Amino acid sequence: MDSVPVNGVLRSRLIETTIMALEYDGGVVIGADSRTTTGAYIANRVTDKLTPIHDRIFCCRSGSAADTQAIADVVTYQLGFHSIELDEPPLVETAANLFRASCYRYREELTAGILVAGWDRRKGGQVYCVPIGGMLVRQPVSVGGSGSSYIYGFMDSNYKPNMTKDQCLELTAAAVSLAMERDGSSGGVVRLASISKDGVERRVILGNQLPKYSTH
Amino acid sequence: MLQETGTEWLSQEVKTGTTIIAVEFDGGVVLGSDSRVSAGASVVNRVMNKLSPLHDKIYCALSGSAADAQTIAEVVHYQLDVHSIEIDEDPQVRSAATLVRNISYKYKEELSAHLIVAGWDRRDGGQVFATLSGLLTRQPFAVGGSGSSHVYGFVDAEFRGGMSKEECQQFVVNTLSLAINRDGSSGGVAYIVSIDEHGTEEKVVLGNDLPTFFDQ
Repeated sequence: MDSVPVNGVLRSRLIETTIMALEYDGGVVIGADSRTTTGAYIANRVTDKLTPIHDRIFCCRSGSAADTQAIADVVTYQLGFHSIELDEPPLVETAANLFRASCYRYREELTAGILVAGWDRRKGGQVYCVPIGGMLVRQPVSVGGSGSSYIYGFMDSNYKPNMTKDQCLELTAAAVSLAMERDGSSGGVVRLASISKDGVERRVILGNQLPKYSTH
Repeated sequence: MLQETGTEWLSQEVKTGTTIIAVEFDGGVVLGSDSRVSAGASVVNRVMNKLSPLHDKIYCALSGSAADAQTIAEVVHYQLDVHSIEIDEDPQVRSAATLVRNISYKYKEELSAHLIVAGWDRRDGGQVFATLSGLLTRQPFAVGGSGSSHVYGFVDAEFRGGMSKEECQQFVVNTLSLAINRDGSSGGVAYIVSIDEHGTEEKVVLGNDLPTFFDQ
């Protein structure tokens, strides 16, 4: 996140980020870097950009920190209410549509690029991409944030459908590390989470444990 | 495309929005490029060869403004001819790269082109030089052009030292294919040039023969 004076008031942004989400048979894996910048100063080097929306639904946030936190709070409330009315766990597609509704309606005021990922009983693991502007599309694998540009090629060549959970975790950790290496605005640690019918498992890969690449 | 009158492309600068790459192996180099030249949203040449010979065993890869890049290549081709006659032997790759760098640096405000210079000479074997904005640096491999940002992750992860010529060619083709897949300003066919002590080999890989990935 960086701060840019807007009408004389500093506003934190986290456009400079790397987030990733991918589906596997039985769930999803999500990952993100952990850097938030205020101009050139790193305001938070251990940010958590993976935000729970419901028991088995998470979102990865990029764009304005304030905007994405506010939207996530609103959707968490709406989804919680909806789930009580339904008396069953909500669908990932529902959560994604709630994000889209807010992001599209207020598209002129917001800067938010969000990946919604989770597991539900009807369709299993799903990843939905809600980029700036408020589109909604389901993709098997999706990346976001400024660091994402650098890893499109890596993702295209290394993702295959029907990978195992561990392969997905490895791929996500590798991709986020590569992006952090090249993107000055991504860095810190790699946060990972895997979501399946059995629940959510979170882990952190510290800087010195990241995969190393020969970048001469 | 709805409001296009059809003549915007006449007034917009012609750019080789592009992907170029050069890789060194033990005994030579492999260069690769796509073939798209765009003026705004129009593709004005879909089969342009952006690998330009500077001498028998020294080539350069063009990116940025088409006019600027071509002119630099032609001027250096001439200067290198004169130089090789003066020294009465084949010029060094470093000399070619230095000539390109001298022009790029001196006219850096006016020009917007980035050339990667690569070739083989008897003294140091295969060499790749990057000359972005007037610097000069030797690297095991170099990528450039608008499509290159999408494949930084891929090349960082996949490049290893000690590859054979065939492995380098495959690496170059894979990289170009991934970049063409994601970058709207790169496309067409892939031109590959391999240079070693025995000679120079030029090859074209047509669009339908390029490697495909999980989403195609």
